[in-house]
Amino acid sequence: MISGRAAKSKKSSLDSGYWVFLLPGLVMFLLVIIVPFAATIAVSFTTWNGVQLPKWIGIDNYVNLLSDPYFVASFQNTLILLLAMVVIPTILGLLLAGVLYSYVSRRFGEKTASFFRAGFYLPQVMPVAVAGVVWGWILTPDGALNSILQGVGLGVLAQNWLGNPDIALFSVMGMMVWFQVGFPLVIFFTALQRMDQSIIEAAALDGASGWQTFIHVTIHQIRPEIFVVVLMTTIATFKVFAQVFVLTRGGPGTATYVPSYYTYLNFFQKSQVGLGSAVATIVTVVVLAVAVVFINLQARRDLAEDF
Amino acid sequence: MTTSMAMEEQPAPRTRKPNQGRIRRSSVLGAVQAYGVLFGLIALLAVMFAPFAIIAVNAVKTPTDLAANGPLSLPQDPTLNNIASFWNAVDFGGALRNSIVISGSVAVLATTLSLLNAFALGIGRIRGALPLLVFFMMANILPNEAIVYPLYYMAKPLGLYNTQLSVIIMFTVIQSAFGTYFIASVMRAFPKEILDAAKVDGCGKLQLLVQVVVPIMRPSLAVLMVFAFIWTWNEFYLPMVFLVSNSQYTVPVAVAVTQGQHMMNESQVAASALLGVLPCLVFFLLFQRTLTRGITAGSYR
Repeated sequence: MISGRAAKSKKSSLDSGYWVFLLPGLVMFLLVIIVPFAATIAVSFTTWNGVQLPKWIGIDNYVNLLSDPYFVASFQNTLILLLAMVVIPTILGLLLAGVLYSYVSRRFGEKTASFFRAGFYLPQVMPVAVAGVVWGWILTPDGALNSILQGVGLGVLAQNWLGNPDIALFSVMGMMVWFQVGFPLVIFFTALQRMDQSIIEAAALDGASGWQTFIHVTIHQIRPEIFVVVLMTTIATFKVFAQVFVLTRGGPGTATYVPSYYTYLNFFQKSQVGLGSAVATIVTVVVLAVAVVFINLQARRDLAEDF
Repeated sequence: MTTSMAMEEQPAPRTRKPNQGRIRRSSVLGAVQAYGVLFGLIALLAVMFAPFAIIAVNAVKTPTDLAANGPLSLPQDPTLNNIASFWNAVDFGGALRNSIVISGSVAVLATTLSLLNAFALGIGRIRGALPLLVFFMMANILPNEAIVYPLYYMAKPLGLYNTQLSVIIMFTVIQSAFGTYFIASVMRAFPKEILDAAKVDGCGKLQLLVQVVVPIMRPSLAVLMVFAFIWTWNEFYLPMVFLVSNSQYTVPVAVAVTQGQHMMNESQVAASALLGVLPCLVFFLLFQRTLTRGITAGSYR
């Protein structure tokens, strides 16, 4: 990297001096991320209980996973969770940000809009694990949600929210929407504040309704932020762990299994480190692929402008 | 400093005319619609707050009161017993201390590491900055399970297992991944005249960093520090794996893991959830302005 110093004199002579500042970061990154990740990939081709020596078995773990009901369930559940982690919060966040920014802050002042924004954001500053305990408490069979339903005469809807295999995943998803919605909201709200207002005003002058302006102009203008939010929440979906660990431990049966929880079980309870590593490797490849696809779609352009 | 403010804020030119667009209607209809929207939002917000309110009410309710009157009634005889018994059972004071030490250390160390990385990438503009940046972002993107077992295996012989230092080291790297991207993208807008002037003055690189770059970048560094603190505080998977004895627990681990370990009644579980929520409520009130603007590199550019 420092070679070619003579050729491009000015920039390269600067380069050499700046590399020193990158050293601590690179070394720590190597030790904490790269080496362990490489080890996980290597272990995924072995059978290992974490104590004796690992035994090389080639791609057997991967082959076995294809017909492993826990693994298949964990990926199917993750795809459904995309609804609660990405789709619904992004749409709700867009609508809320639009209403708060272009309606509430004009009719009722910016303070009112800020208050609502802060309120919807509040769950985001909580640990997911603690939010899980809160919701677990509310969702027990004799818990608050069933009491509310009985109180308003909807007792027939009362459920064993986390114990019924047909319902459990949706209960977890309810908590996720509640937890997630503040994130897109604040990102979109900040984006709207930065948006060029003259375009909105031009649309209004052309006779576009508020809704038309929102769909055709506003959403188009904050497209980069929408991409970032969808990317980050999609990655977060594949990392879901604490919600499931606290609320259901993957149950009942495989109803709420997710890949993170399945690797955790393999690593620390079943002593199937090789199998767990294979699951971890697959999840990581999927997450990296998602990131690459998104970056190719949108972010590369932004990055290239800057770097 | 005006330059730093410009990078932080970039207030868009905003012209607001009160009677415009959809608001330009008959005033009665407009008012009905406006208050309809407002009440809708209040109802939604009530749903957002309800879980916290329910937990708070039941944390101070006696178990017999809960059994007799259910989770929705107000406490007949408010008590701090549930909170005190959970506090003592898990040494919650110790957990608070651990979380403050870990999150505080990570906030400072990760921000420092991000600054050093970003200085090389953003100001130094070394070649290969873009691939390196993508490389760093990997640490943020990788799921915990991709690195957890080898780290766990290495930590034991190194004497780092069940120590706060292990968690501090891991999260310093993980948080600095995003931090590097964030700080580097802010630095790209760094005023060139200042850099050139510093070079003309014969300013060394370390001096340039400490005396010129850091003072101007201070607002962004502070924002990163706040987020790194909160993110680390809220982590669960790695702290749970690496901190296995009660005396090392962080707040989320103490609240979530002890649910199964101790014989806790429903009232104590509510109390534990309330104790888990309260510190974050304090941070939220302290840093509300920073937090509710969100953090993406783009939004600060």
